[in-house]
Amino acid sequence: MDFIFIAQQSFSAALGVNTIIFALAAIGLNMHFGYTGLLNFGQAGFLAVGAYSVATLVVSFNFPLWAALLAGILNSVILALLLGLPTLRLRADYLAIVTIAAAEIIRQIARSATFNKYLGGSDGITGKFGKDFFALNPFKSGLNTPFLRYNGNDLWVVVTGWALVIVVLFVMWLLVRSPWGRVLKSIREDEEAVRSLGKNVYLYKMQSLIIGGIVGSFAGFVYALSRQSVQPDNYGTALTFFAYTVLILGGAARVFAPIAGSIIFWFLLVFIEQMLRQAVSAGYIPEWLIGVNQVGQIRFMLVGLGLMMLMIFRPQGIFGDRKELALDARA
Amino acid sequence: MGKAQLMRKIALGLAGFFLISSFSISGSALAAGTSSILAGEIKDSTSTPLPGVRIKLTGPNGFATQLTSDQMGKWQVKVTSTGIYDVTLDQTSLPSGQALTDVTKATRKINVLMLGTTLTVLFPIGPGTEKTPILDQSAQLLADGLILGIIIALAALGLNLVFGTTGLTNFAHGELLTLGGLLTYFFSAVAGLPVFAAIPVAVALSALIGGYLQDRLLWKPLRKRGTGLIAMLVVSIGFAIFVRYVFLFIFSGDTRQLPQFAGQAGLEIGLVSITPKSIMSTSVGLLLLIGATLWLLRSKMGKASRAVADNPALAAASGIEVEAVIRSVWILGAFLAGFAGIMVTLNQGVSFLMGQDMLLLIFAAVTLGGLGTAYGALVGSLVIGVLIQLSTLIIPTELKYVGALLILIIILLVRPQGILGRKERVG
Amino acid sequence: MPAPSQNTSRRDIALAALAGITPTPGVSKPDPIIVADHVVRKFGGLTAVNVSHLEIQRGAITALIGPNGAGKTTFFNLLTGFDQVNEGSWSFNGVKISGTPPHKVARMGMVRTFQLTKALYRLTVIDNMRLAATKQKGESILRAALPFLWNAQEKAATARSEELLTRFKLIDKRDDFAAALSGGQRKLLEMARALMVEPELVMLDEPMAGVNPALKQSLLGHIKDLREDGMTVLFVEHDMDMVRDISDWVIVMAQGVIVAEGPPNIVMRDKAVIDAYLGAHHDSTLEQDRG
Repeated sequence: MDFIFIAQQSFSAALGVNTIIFALAAIGLNMHFGYTGLLNFGQAGFLAVGAYSVATLVVSFNFPLWAALLAGILNSVILALLLGLPTLRLRADYLAIVTIAAAEIIRQIARSATFNKYLGGSDGITGKFGKDFFALNPFKSGLNTPFLRYNGNDLWVVVTGWALVIVVLFVMWLLVRSPWGRVLKSIREDEEAVRSLGKNVYLYKMQSLIIGGIVGSFAGFVYALSRQSVQPDNYGTALTFFAYTVLILGGAARVFAPIAGSIIFWFLLVFIEQMLRQAVSAGYIPEWLIGVNQVGQIRFMLVGLGLMMLMIFRPQGIFGDRKELALDARA
Repeated sequence: MGKAQLMRKIALGLAGFFLISSFSISGSALAAGTSSILAGEIKDSTSTPLPGVRIKLTGPNGFATQLTSDQMGKWQVKVTSTGIYDVTLDQTSLPSGQALTDVTKATRKINVLMLGTTLTVLFPIGPGTEKTPILDQSAQLLADGLILGIIIALAALGLNLVFGTTGLTNFAHGELLTLGGLLTYFFSAVAGLPVFAAIPVAVALSALIGGYLQDRLLWKPLRKRGTGLIAMLVVSIGFAIFVRYVFLFIFSGDTRQLPQFAGQAGLEIGLVSITPKSIMSTSVGLLLLIGATLWLLRSKMGKASRAVADNPALAAASGIEVEAVIRSVWILGAFLAGFAGIMVTLNQGVSFLMGQDMLLLIFAAVTLGGLGTAYGALVGSLVIGVLIQLSTLIIPTELKYVGALLILIIILLVRPQGILGRKERVG
Repeated sequence: MPAPSQNTSRRDIALAALAGITPTPGVSKPDPIIVADHVVRKFGGLTAVNVSHLEIQRGAITALIGPNGAGKTTFFNLLTGFDQVNEGSWSFNGVKISGTPPHKVARMGMVRTFQLTKALYRLTVIDNMRLAATKQKGESILRAALPFLWNAQEKAATARSEELLTRFKLIDKRDDFAAALSGGQRKLLEMARALMVEPELVMLDEPMAGVNPALKQSLLGHIKDLREDGMTVLFVEHDMDMVRDISDWVIVMAQGVIVAEGPPNIVMRDKAVIDAYLGAHHDSTLEQDRG
C-alpha cells in the first residue's frame, strides 16, 4: 500500500477546495442553527443560488464576474426573505420542512428542461466563467510536496478560499460576541422570553437567515468557480446534511467549529476511502466483500453512522465541553 | 501518470453515483490527447437497447456527420477539435411506441473542453404519448393522483403518529418504504417466491425490522437517555444516510422491477386506464388505511395513542402504558410505510433512493394536513397526490413536484397550522 | 419584612386610593394604568376569557387569582400580546395597545414573566441580564461588528445588571450558566431581568410556583420593593398567604369571567369566590387557607 500517496491525498483534501466549501456552508448554518436555533435544511439552496448566479449570469448574460458575484449575494438575500417571511413566525419544524422543500424546488427548476436555455438542464453549465478569477492566479505551476499537492488552479482557489474563510470567520466572531449576537443566542434558548423583553424576534431571525444565507452563497461561489461548472444534482439535500455533519463534528455555536469540522470531515473521508481502496486493490479485502466501486458507498455509510454517534454521544462536538449542555433548542 | 489513470478509472466507475463525481478529488489531471470520443447508448425506459436510431452531429469547423445506433443501441464518434457539438436524435427513427420523454432534449449541446476524453450523451426515451382530449387526460391524472395520494397517506400516517407520540420528526421514514420495496424484490426476484406470497412476508418483516426492532434498538434507548427532539431529528438524518447506503451496497444503484407483471398492460375503465396490479395494490392500500383509521378511532390502543399524542404526561398518569403505545405506533407505521413502498415498487420499480424521493412528498402532506394530526395527514396526502398529477395539465411534468412544494409553502403562508391543525397556546 | 418608613408611605398611598371603591367586578379606579373592555378569547367551543370591563390601579400591587383553568394566564397572554383576542380592546397608560405585538408592549413599559420560568439556559446570568437592557446600539446588525460604537453602553448595562444582581443576591452566580441555577434562583433572575427593561407595570405569572420557603420570603420582599420603586405590579398566584400578605387589591377569575374584586380581606370572604374555588376543588377552601 502506498502510504505516502494516501497521506498526500488526505492532507491535500483536509486543506482543499471541498473543505473550504463545506466550512463556508457550515459557517452559515452555524449562524442559523448554532446561534439562532433555526433549523435550516435548505442550505444547499443557498449554495445553488450562489453557484448558478455566477455561472448563468456570466455564461448566458455576459455579466462581468464581479457583477455576477454581487448579484449572487443579492439573490441569496432574496431567497432568505422568501423562506423567512412565511415561516419564521411558525414552529421550528415548519422552517425545516419549508427550507428543505425550497432547496428541492431550486434544484428541480435548475435541472428542468424548461429552463434549459439559461440553467443548462440536468447537465448544468460548464464554461470558462471563472477566467477573470484564474487570470489573477500567481501560482500557475501548482504545488507538489510530499504532503500537499494541488494543481495551479486549485492552489489559487485554496489560497483565496482560505482567505475568504478567515475574513468571514472574523466578521462572524465580531457579530456573535456583540449584543446582536446575544439576542440571537437568547432566541435559540427561548424566543418568548426574548419577546417579553422588548426585542423584535422576527427581525433578528430574518437577519440571521440572511447572513447565514449569504455565507452559504459564498460557498456556492467557491463550488462553481473551483470547478468552472455547476451541476444541479450537486445541490441536493445530501449537501445540506453533510454541512450539518461538519458543523456538529466541530461543535455547533462555536466560531471555529465549521473549520475544524470541515478539515476533520474531509481528512477522514478521503483517508478512509484511500485506505479502503488500496486495501481492496492490494487484495487485503476480498473483492466479493467490497468491490472497488463500493468504497464510496462505505464512506457514506460511515458519514451517516458518524453523524448518529456524534449526536448521541458527543452532541457538543469533538472539541466541546460537556458542561455546555447538549444542543437542543427545546431542552 | 499511472496514479492519475487509476484515479480516473475509479472516478468513471463511480459515475452515476450522484455525489462522487463532483466530490472526488480534483487532483486527477486528465490526460491530453489528440481526439475525443462522443458516445452514447440508446435505450428505452426498461433499458432495452434500441438499434437503428439515427443520430446527427454538427460541430466546429463545419464538422457534420450522421450515424445509427448498433444492435446494442450504442453509437460513437471520434472528434478532433474542441468546441461545442450539437448532437441531435432523429425522433422519426425511434421505433413506434417510443418517444423522447422530453422533446426539448432532442438536441444536446456538448462542450468538448479538452481532447483525450470520452463524453457520454444520453437521450431520455420512454413510452410515447399521444395527444388525448383534456377530459380524458384530467380523469386519468385524477386517478393517478388518488393512487399517489393513497401511497403518500400510507406513509404519512406512520410518520405523523410517531411524531405525535414521541415528537420525533423522522427523516429516516422514507427508508421504510425502500425497505418494503427491496424486501419484496428480494423475496420475489431472488428467493423466487410469487409476488403474492412475497408481499405479505415483506410487509411483516418491514413491521418487525423497521418498526419493532428500529424502535427497540435505536429510538427507545434514546428516549430513555432523554435525548432532545432536535438531537433525535439529526440522529434520524444520520440513520437515513446510513441505511440508504447500506441498501446501495447490497442492492446496487439500479432501479429494479419485480419479475412478475413488470410490463402489465392497462385496463380501460371508463375514461381511465389502470393496470390490474395497480387496482389490486391500491384497493389493499385503501383497506389498510381504513383499517388503520378504525384502529385509531375504536381500539383501546388507538385511543391511547391519541391520548399520548395529546399529552404524554397526563396519559402516563392516567395509567396508559406510553411505551407500549409508542411500540404499536412504530409497528403500525412501518407496516403501512412498507406497503406504500411495495405499491411504488409495483408501479415503478425500486431503487435505494426511492424513500428519499418520497420523503419530501410525505413531509409536504403531513405539514399540509397539520403536524401531529392523524386525519390531517390523510387529507394532506390526497390533496398533494391529486395536485401533483393534475398540475401537469398546466406545467411541464418534470416540474410537478415543484408545483406541489410551492403549494405547500403558500398554504403555510395562509394557514400556518395546516388544513386540519389547531392553533397552539402560548405560555 | 417590615421595611423603612418610605415603604409604608407608598403602600398607604395605594391603599388610600383604593379605599373608597365598591368591591364589585369591573368597578372603576381613580388612576388606572390598564383599562380593558369586552376581552373575549375562545379556543374552539370553549370561552377561555370573557372580561367585560377591568381597570388596574397604578402604583398598587394587584393579585389575579382563581381556580385552575380560570383563564388567568390566557388573560395575561392577551394583555401582553402573546395571544390574539377574538374581540375586545384595552389600553395601557391611556394608549390603546390591543393588537400590539409583544415586543412593542414590552417596550412601552409593560413587562411580564412566565409561569414556567424562561431563563436562557446556555447564557450566563450576567448575559441574561444584559440582554434585557433597552435601546442597545449594539443590537443593531449595522453596528454589531463595530464594538467601539457600543462598548460604553455595554459597560453601563453591565454595571446596572450587577447592581440588580446584588440586590437579588445573585451576584455570586454572575458568570454561571442560567441552567446551573435552582428553580427559585431562576425566578429571581427572571424578575431581575424584567427590571432591566425599566417597566412601569410588572406582570408576574405565578412568581412563587416551585420556590422553596426560604426564598419565598425574599421574593415577597422584592415584589413589595417594586411598588416602593414606583412600579405597578399585577400577578397571578395560587398561594393565598402570599396574596393576602402583599396585595392591595385582588381580582378573582372563574371560567374566564371576573367574579369578584376588592381588597384581599373582603374578597376572600366573598361567597362567589368561595363557590368558584369550591366548584373547582373540594378539598381546599379559602377559610382553611387563612389558618
